[in-house]
Order: sequence, then C-alpha cells, then structure tokens
Amino acid sequence: MEKALLSGNEAVALGAYEAGVHVVTGYPGTPSSEIIPALIPYKEVNIEWSVNEKVALEVAMGASFCGARSLVTMKHVGVNVAADPLMTLSYTGVKGGLVLVSADDPDCNSSQNEQDNRHYARFAKIPMLEPSDSQEARDFTKEAFRISEKYQTPVMLRITTRICHTKTQVVFDKKRDEKAVEGFKKDPSCFVMIPSYARKKHAHVEERHIQLIEESESSRLNVIEKGEKPVGIITSGVSYQYVKEAADSEWIFKLGFSYPLPEKKLRDFAAKMEKVYVVEELDPFLEEELIYLGIDVVRRSAKFYLGELSTEKTIEILEKRFPKEQETILPLPHAPSRPPVLCKGCAHRSVFSVLKKMDYIVTGDIGCYTLATLPPLSALDTCVCMGAGVGHAQGFFKAKKDQRTVAVIGDSTFIHSGIAPLINAVYNKNQLTVVILDNRTTAMTGGQPHPGVDYTVRGEKTTALDFEALGRALKLDTVRVVDSYNLEEVEESLMEAEQAKGVSLIVARRACVLLKKREKI
Amino acid sequence: MDIVICGVGGQGVVLASNVLATAALLEGFDVKASEVHGMAQRGGSVLSQVRIGEKVYSPMIPKKSAHIVLSFEEMEVLRYLDLCRDGATAIVNRERIIPLSVELGETKYPEGIDNFLKERNCHYISVNGIENLKQKNFPPKTLNIYLLSVASNHIPLKEEHFLKAIELSVPTKTIDVNKQVFLYGRTF
Repeated sequence: MEKALLSGNEAVALGAYEAGVHVVTGYPGTPSSEIIPALIPYKEVNIEWSVNEKVALEVAMGASFCGARSLVTMKHVGVNVAADPLMTLSYTGVKGGLVLVSADDPDCNSSQNEQDNRHYARFAKIPMLEPSDSQEARDFTKEAFRISEKYQTPVMLRITTRICHTKTQVVFDKKRDEKAVEGFKKDPSCFVMIPSYARKKHAHVEERHIQLIEESESSRLNVIEKGEKPVGIITSGVSYQYVKEAADSEWIFKLGFSYPLPEKKLRDFAAKMEKVYVVEELDPFLEEELIYLGIDVVRRSAKFYLGELSTEKTIEILEKRFPKEQETILPLPHAPSRPPVLCKGCAHRSVFSVLKKMDYIVTGDIGCYTLATLPPLSALDTCVCMGAGVGHAQGFFKAKKDQRTVAVIGDSTFIHSGIAPLINAVYNKNQLTVVILDNRTTAMTGGQPHPGVDYTVRGEKTTALDFEALGRALKLDTVRVVDSYNLEEVEESLMEAEQAKGVSLIVARRACVLLKKREKI
Repeated sequence: MDIVICGVGGQGVVLASNVLATAALLEGFDVKASEVHGMAQRGGSVLSQVRIGEKVYSPMIPKKSAHIVLSFEEMEVLRYLDLCRDGATAIVNRERIIPLSVELGETKYPEGIDNFLKERNCHYISVNGIENLKQKNFPPKTLNIYLLSVASNHIPLKEEHFLKAIELSVPTKTIDVNKQVFLYGRTF
C-alpha cells in the first residue's frame, strides 16, 4: 500500500484510474479542473478537454455504450449545460461504467451561483455518492464505477470546493481493474430513445430506483456512528467533518450513498432518537427527503441555505453553545479588500479601456474578463453564464435599436457556447458586434488548451479552429483580427463594426501573460 | 495544531502549505491542508489552512483555534486574526503589496499592525524576508520556503521531515537552494 497527500480532485483521478477507466472527458471549471490533468501520466487512459460539458458527456456516453468505462468532470453549472443528455442517459443507461463528477462551489468562490447539484441526482433518478475527504474521493469513485456497471446506470459523484481543494492523506494500491472494451452492439430499444422505447425505459428507471434503494440500504458507504444520548445527526459529504467537530455524544448517520436514501435504515435510526438534526450545506435536500419519508427532523433555519457550512454554523444548527472564548471577538482594523483583477500586463485590459472610452454597453460572460466588472475598468454590464453575452446583445438590439452594444467573450468560451448565438444573429438580422478576447487559452481556470489552439491536453499537435475563417463561413459583414495592445486598431475596428450595421466579429488577439510565464518554466 | 498561511496571489502560499502538510504526514500525523484556488493568480488574497493532529476533521480552522498565523504580506494577517487563539504566534513578513483601492486613494493601508498584534496578546514575530534573503544572495523566489522555515521554529515537527517534504514538493532544479534557504531560516 502506498500513502500520499492528495487533493480530492487528485484522489478522484486516482480512483478512476484504479477502477480501470478508459475514457475521461470534461470542460475546465473551478473547482473541478485538476481531475483531468492528474490523469496525464496514465497513458492507458484516453483523456480530453471537450468543447463544452454537453459534448463531454456525450463523448463519455458514446464510449460507455461501447463498453468502455468513462468519467466526465465539470463544475456545478457545467451540469446545466450537460443536463440535456444527462436526463435521457438515465433512460438509456450505460454499458461500461459511467461516472459524472459534479464539483459544486458553495459560497461562489469562483462561480456565478451556488446551486446545489444534489437535486440533479433526484431529477435524473440516478444514484449519488458524496465523499467527505480525499480517501473517500478515491474509494467512492471506485464504488461509483461498481454501482454503475451493476445497475447499468450513470452515477453522480458530487464533490464540493472543500473536498476538491483540500489535501488529505490517501492510502491506495494503484492496482488497476482492467477490463477489455467489447465494442458497440446494436440495440435500438436501449440506445434509440423514440417515444415507444423511451416509455418502456422510463418504467425501467423506476424499477432501477427501487433496486437502488435496496443497494443504498446495504451500502457500506452509509455508516452509523454510535452515540450516548438519544439525539441523532444525519449528514453527508463535507458536512460530516463539521459535525465531527461540533458533536459530542450524539449518534451520527453519515450518508456516503446519499441518493436514493436508505429509507428503512434511516427510519429505524430516527425511531430510536428523541430528536434528529440534519446537517447539510446549501439546500434542505436531505431534510425534504427525510420529511417525505415521514421522519420528524428539526427544521434548519433558511439562513443556512446560503454559503459554505462551517463548524460554527454546525454548532448553531445543533442548538449548542459556543465555547466561551468564541463569543467575544474583538474588532479588527480594516484591511482593504483585495479583489482579483486582470493581471498586470494583460493585453485585454486595453480592449476594455477602449470600450469604456467609446461608451458602449458591454455584455459579457464567464472568464477572466468578468474581472473587468470592478473598478478601475468598470466596463462589463452583464454576466450570467457561458456564452450569454452574445445572446444578450441581440436582445438589447431587439428591445431598443439605438442602444450601442458590444458583446465580449473569451476564446474558450466562444467555442464553448458563443458560436450558436452568433449564427442566430446572422439569420435573424440582429445587429451585433462580438469581440473575442483571444488569449490563446482557458485562462481563468489555470490555462487549459481548447479547440482554438493547436495542441491537446497531452500536448499533442492538433488542428486549431480558425476564428476568421469561421466568421467568413458565417458570411458576417466584417471580420477583423486586431492586436489587443494596439488601442488605435481596436478603436478603429469597433467603429468599422458599428458603421457596418450588421453582424461583425473582431478577434482581439494576445496570448495570456501567465501562459507565457508558464512556457518559460 | 492549526496553522494559517496567508498572503497575496503569486507569493507561493500554496506551495509552502504543501511542504508543511507533507512534513506533518511524514511525521505520522493526520493532516488537512485547504486552500481556495481559482482567483489565486489574479492578485487576490490567498489563504491556506493547515490542520495537524492525531485525527483532523473539518478542513477549515474554527474561530479562535489557530496556534500560528504566517502572513507573507503585512496587512493580510488582519483578515485571519479571528481564527487565532489567545497568545497565538503571528509571524509577519514586512512586505506591503498595495491593494488597488489604496492605489486609487479610496482607502488607506492600515498602519500600526505591530502594536495591534501585541495588544491582541499575540506572540509577534516580524521578518524582513526579502532583505534577509538578499543578504545571503538567495533568490527572492524562495521567500515562501524561508518564511515557512522561520515559522517551523514554532512547529514541533522534525527538521528532516521538512527537508524531505521540500524534496517532494518543489521543482527538481530548485531542491538544493530551497533546502539551503530552509536551513538558513531555522537560524532566525
């Protein structure tokens, strides 16, 4: 047995390797981005950065249909993008084990919302496992593959920022459970979801759900820790760790297999208790499920639905008293905040200064350029989700034609979900100027390559998407490539686009300064 | 033992916390080292929380629990004093990285941090990291290992485990210089 200090993300990668994963896909997104790079050393695993989360899941699904074990990784909001295939993947089921890693971000450390993706397990009627540290991240990933193949269902492994980015000790053997890939066998009633087949498959999903409740009942991932007084705490994932700090003599029901719930085991547990608390992060997911099961639990105040959980909050949820010292905290002198900003030397700062000078409304989305929202640039007016700015700008035009609007989008984000709205503008004659802030990488998440550059995740040469050629193929009114550092050129291209009164694409190109720094190392 | 390591993106906080956590693991302790990525390279505040013990649960340090706060930047220490217990050791590098709001004249950089830490009953240790490294001709990039080394004088882990942890954590080319810097910091 080997021992190492691993982040949750590294541990998921290790677990997947040991489980004999063949294909791993994903799109970068904090806090999920380190899983795929951790698999680079394993040549027997076929890894890719996909164009977006939907495509990532579809590639993983295809591999699974052929009997390959596949893992697909994304951040919580990425699952929204992949939700379309996910909901029907639940119907088709899988051949080779398929595990979807949803890395949630309570407290929006690096996200536009803090949605609780446990709802997706219930929504798609698929099993969910929630590790509480790196050891479990490795162990549960292997277990997820086992469950996936046993019940021919996709399995969701739900992790959160504190699991992904906390290093804890992991004991492992690095033994790979190798399985040959048998290849695709035609079976339309299984893989072609026309209504007549889909109806039958839905019935199968419901049967499978009953079987999964049984699996959950006997799962060694659901553990009861004995207490001394008849007070019970039901918890899952990282919340368990806060419970361990805050609890003293209570009984603890730790759910590792947290959907579907082990109904009988939970009812029996609750029957022995005078009081049952639920400790969970974000939404009252377990709470609702338990109430539905007829288990009388202490309702958590809605203030705990927000943000990250902590030992302090857990003490409050458990109606305990704070240790005496903690009640008196002295005031501190004010330390001015240090919000992240666009890097010194980032060429794309200049583009924003021009946009600001020219007094445009600027619609945008997710990436480094979201940082242009705050002073001193104060130059971004919308940010909702990947690719949204290109659609927003068209809505602005449709709502009121004299509003001067420019949509900005990163190169990776443009490929992820900016191309379809650009086509929409051409077809519907929506006046639109799109500026691709092309820094030749997926910068915000740590510099992953994307289809706009000519190398893959393993550094192999590949064909890069040519933004200019794409613009010409879409028959845009103007297509310009400018140097982001060249203020005059940027300004002139924007004026030209505005005068064209059609659909214009400006590629403002300059590589990310951090990318250059990394290349030097 | 709970240790807070804080600073500004690019100062090497995360690497220092990896070395510390690895040393604790080599010594046979349970350990959790937690940091928030994502914005770290964009000049934001960086916080790493290292918890060492027979068994560690929460990845985050509860309030009033930390024994040591190691701040790579002067004012950053203020953000995390609520995590420190009474009499905690505060090791502060005397380097100011001016935040944007101060540059723009909207706020002022806090003064009198020394007195404040003393009033708060902290065991206050001030380090002029860059200057000390310069005197011995060590590269400024080794600041993180130097500061960790100064802090290591207050952490009951063996020197050999820190040195081994450095070997396991830093790029191969820089192992020797980082080890020398670590030994230099032990004499602080």
